[in-house]
Amino acid sequence: MTQFLQYVISGLATGSVYALVALGLALIYRSTRILHFGHGDVTTAGTFFAFTLLGLKAHFIIAFGAALLFGAVLAMAFYFCVLIPAQRREATQLGQIILTVGLGLILQGLVAHFGGTEPQSFPFPLSDTRIYRLGGLVVSQLSLGTFGIGLLACLLFYLLVQKTRLGLAMRATSENLPAAQTMGIPTRQILALSWGLAALLGVLAGLFLAPALLLDPFFMLEPFLKGFAAAILGGLNSLPGAIVGGLILGVSESLAGGYVSIAFKNTFAFLVIILVLMVRPEGLLGEEFIERV
Amino acid sequence: MPLLQVDRLSIGFGGIQALAGVRLTIDQEEILTVIGPNGSGKTTLFNCISGVYKPDAGEVNFEGESLLGLSPDLIAQRGIARTFQNLRLFLHMTVLDNLLLGRHIKFRRNPVHAFLRIRREELRHRGVVEEIIDFLDLQAYRQVRVSDCPYGVQKRVEMGRALAMEPRLLLLDEPIAGLTSEEKDETAYRITEIRGRYRTAILLVEHDLRIASKLADRMIALDYGKKIAQGTPEEVQKTPEVIKAYLGED
Repeated sequence: MTQFLQYVISGLATGSVYALVALGLALIYRSTRILHFGHGDVTTAGTFFAFTLLGLKAHFIIAFGAALLFGAVLAMAFYFCVLIPAQRREATQLGQIILTVGLGLILQGLVAHFGGTEPQSFPFPLSDTRIYRLGGLVVSQLSLGTFGIGLLACLLFYLLVQKTRLGLAMRATSENLPAAQTMGIPTRQILALSWGLAALLGVLAGLFLAPALLLDPFFMLEPFLKGFAAAILGGLNSLPGAIVGGLILGVSESLAGGYVSIAFKNTFAFLVIILVLMVRPEGLLGEEFIERV
Repeated sequence: MPLLQVDRLSIGFGGIQALAGVRLTIDQEEILTVIGPNGSGKTTLFNCISGVYKPDAGEVNFEGESLLGLSPDLIAQRGIARTFQNLRLFLHMTVLDNLLLGRHIKFRRNPVHAFLRIRREELRHRGVVEEIIDFLDLQAYRQVRVSDCPYGVQKRVEMGRALAMEPRLLLLDEPIAGLTSEEKDETAYRITEIRGRYRTAILLVEHDLRIASKLADRMIALDYGKKIAQGTPEEVQKTPEVIKAYLGED
């Protein structure tokens, strides 16, 4: 039993990182119908930005804050400078998705050029080796911090979307863009902001993942794919679904790694997703969008 | 000066000339009704005024300023609200949230200022919305998701959402289409009420000639994108072109 709880706890910490990545992807998908394949690389770029600032002896808070902002600005610049001109030329949905792949590849190259491809360890205020004991359970300071921050970010994000005027405008824009425009909502700015927020959540995930892994230009690839899977598991257009999907994925892969074999860690998680989607193709909390003719 | 002035408005799609040199004016608090058979360009006219389509030629002036080239959200902020023939509501939100969205443009722009007075602002907006809920008899549906409301209620919600914007010009696209005859009379009554209560001019597209003539101060008729008649409802209905294009179907 203790061992089971132990796996669940470490799964929740990883899961909260997946949830942050998934939240960003779901946010972008539901408002623009674009699968953002460059999301992981925007996150990597932001994390490297923090790494560079830390190398220049910047304080953690400043470096992390600047990195979050950097990621957000990067994503908004992409939206304004690439996607909007593409939409003006009537790019198809698929074409726009390919553009996000392009963004990812460009950022990968830039990060490799400026940051180097050698794996580096990422300095962090929370330690991976300092551990707390509770009964028979062991939890590292880093895992606890990751889970706490992940949960807090999800909560703040929920409040923003559900309880503020900006959130109402965001919901309106993602549900029915032409109607939102007739209400006088500046939909373009709202969408740009969604891209920025998504990147911000992603970079936050990256900052907490980097100390657990080693930092290199491809360190977000796996977490990005897991985040994607989590978003689909939850229902791509559902924000609560992304959070739930992330946590379920984190816990199930931790359990699989513990009880079956560590080699099955990734496989099992995706097996769960395939099973869920066979039963509920729209995802756990997803709703099929009703199109009016 | 008229509130809205549309001059020589033209737009084509492929080989079809949807509007060909249409002129019209609306005065403050006037109800102007546009009639015409299907495909005569009525909805296209709305889409040109509200910025959804960019006309090929012509002028659209509102309160003396051109609206051409403005995006739909900027035109809405100038004081023009509209409803849609096929309803464009936020189906996953409650009736109340849909109406509050109409208040979006009325919130203060300056965030610091808005933050300090947020309570009083909020109360004022809620007040306006509650009044609309009473006026449109929507109390029973306040917290109901729009997708769960019957069609007649959805039509009222859309009208309420437009009213919440406190527009100076309200564009209503077939507001009584698809309603029961009882609902039709209620809606017609409300439209005449709106003018006095909210001090707004109304541009109305309508199929139902009986109600269209009852509501209108003035009427224009379109056919194949051209204006074929204008004047009082009686005058328009007596025009031979109108009888041929519109009434001749019966």
